[in-house]
Amino acid sequence: MVLFAFLYLPIIVMVIFAFNKPSAVALSTFHGSNICSLPPAQIGNITVWNGFTTCWFSAGLHDPTYIPAIVVSLQIAAEAAVIATVLGLCAALALARMKPRLRAPFDSLVYLTLVVPEIVIAVASLIFFVQLRNSIHAFPDLGRVTILLGQVVFNASVAMLIIRARFVGMGDTLEEAAYDLGSGPIATFRQITLPRLMPAIVAAALLSFTFSFDDYVLPAFTNGTTNTWPIVLFSAVRFGLTPAVNALATIMLAATVLAVATTAVILRRSRAAGRDTARVLDTAIGLR
Amino acid sequence: MAAVTQPEATTTSPGARTRVARSFKPRYPTWLTSPSFIYYIIFFLGPMAILVAFSLATQQGFGGLSYGFNIAQYRLIFGSFYLDIFGRTLLMAGIGTVLTVLVGYPVAYWMARYLTTYKMLALLLIVVPFWTSFLIRTYALKIILDPNGYLAKDLGINILYTKYAIAVGLVYNYLPLFILPVFASLERMDWTLIEAATDLGARPFSAFREITLRLTLPGVVTGALLVFIPMTGEYIIPNILGGGTYEFVGNVIGDQFNSAQNEPFGSALSIGLMAALSVFVIVYIVVATKEERFGA
Repeated sequence: MVLFAFLYLPIIVMVIFAFNKPSAVALSTFHGSNICSLPPAQIGNITVWNGFTTCWFSAGLHDPTYIPAIVVSLQIAAEAAVIATVLGLCAALALARMKPRLRAPFDSLVYLTLVVPEIVIAVASLIFFVQLRNSIHAFPDLGRVTILLGQVVFNASVAMLIIRARFVGMGDTLEEAAYDLGSGPIATFRQITLPRLMPAIVAAALLSFTFSFDDYVLPAFTNGTTNTWPIVLFSAVRFGLTPAVNALATIMLAATVLAVATTAVILRRSRAAGRDTARVLDTAIGLR
Repeated sequence: MAAVTQPEATTTSPGARTRVARSFKPRYPTWLTSPSFIYYIIFFLGPMAILVAFSLATQQGFGGLSYGFNIAQYRLIFGSFYLDIFGRTLLMAGIGTVLTVLVGYPVAYWMARYLTTYKMLALLLIVVPFWTSFLIRTYALKIILDPNGYLAKDLGINILYTKYAIAVGLVYNYLPLFILPVFASLERMDWTLIEAATDLGARPFSAFREITLRLTLPGVVTGALLVFIPMTGEYIIPNILGGGTYEFVGNVIGDQFNSAQNEPFGSALSIGLMAALSVFVIVYIVVATKEERFGA
């Protein structure tokens, strides 16, 4: 119980402080109508409670830097999730039943991408992309594309491990049966293998999306002039922010929890799908 | 192109009782690995190779450099200033890992052993913090630890911008990452073994030490390494909760590429960090294979 308090205290604090007013000193010198239009520099101390207001939610949703950054982050995360899952799926299918001798070099490469600290990958990618841009004209400048290219490395490895674990775990008896009954290789893949792998594929895509969306270090070095949500957040945390940030984070947390709850309720209607949800959850947190 | 190689035709001569052994195994062609293999070679090994080249290059004025085989940058790391930073990073990551194990193991044990109906809910509650931005959570910790804030003031805690705040941040952020795999290994435990041991006269604690701990130790070590590695490369937590007063190697590397513009030295530091980490990974692999041989 103490642990859950420890885990949730910061999140509760985040939500509560989304409703915090600017400090009394700041308000006494303020003459506008909307107290939530105060910039971070004039807001005073907001790490203490100054009073209740809901105006940060609308201020956050109309912010000219936060909202575009969130949109960019969502787009990159979606692209990273799709590319990483496809790469991971292809590799997982072939690797799971490959000879260990052939598999070993690929496996060590995958583990290496997971073991190298992110800050190292970030600076290495930075100099690599800059050099590539200097020597190949068609290569894009630092920006959205380079963020995506860098993030897919780690995410593809995670996706591959998740999908492969499930693929190895489910055995090949049903595929064998499909062949015996005269089904071709592509039909077998579409009708037997793919549906059974679906929970792992969904889990891999969701996890890639989350990792990419929340990633700060790699984009911070390979972004050029593009701003992602974590990059905007980091500079806000370092150089001053308003509770509008808390308000946006609260909205996003609420949306995620709501989405998960709705999916769970809808899927519970059919038992098989319910089992699939449980499996997605299990896979997502690394239990299976 | 076919996605799966066709199975060999099975021929059973009519009348023969014995089933002909088939060498069939549904296999996917090896070329399916090539997209990700090529991707890794370009976008992972490529950057790593250039990192090595940069670390051996010589700085020419501000921003320019010439490639070569110059180990001056590596010599610089072995000065007491940077060795101190390496030492403190490994020490803090070590302390953070130990604290995470001490807090996380009992929780995973409690969840696996005593929760039944609420097991799924407890797991979900551990995962949910992951859905809030890492940066927001760290910022919220900053609010909590702020010496002018309510909590820290009333409890008399004044640790913001010190190594203690960093330790709290490390444990807070990496705890779920440790609990989940350890919980998974505790879930596979056969609790009847404990019953058998206590029936045979073992005291609960020695039963725990001799059976539970021994069986779950591989999971604990893996989980510990899983949090130790990213803790060593940590960049955000020392920056926000340490306020730049207590830098990790990751922060120094970042500085070389941001403000100092000394890319060769930053590259050498990166290689140094990987070398330091690889020692732990190699020890882990050696121990893990030894354990496997003894069937633990």
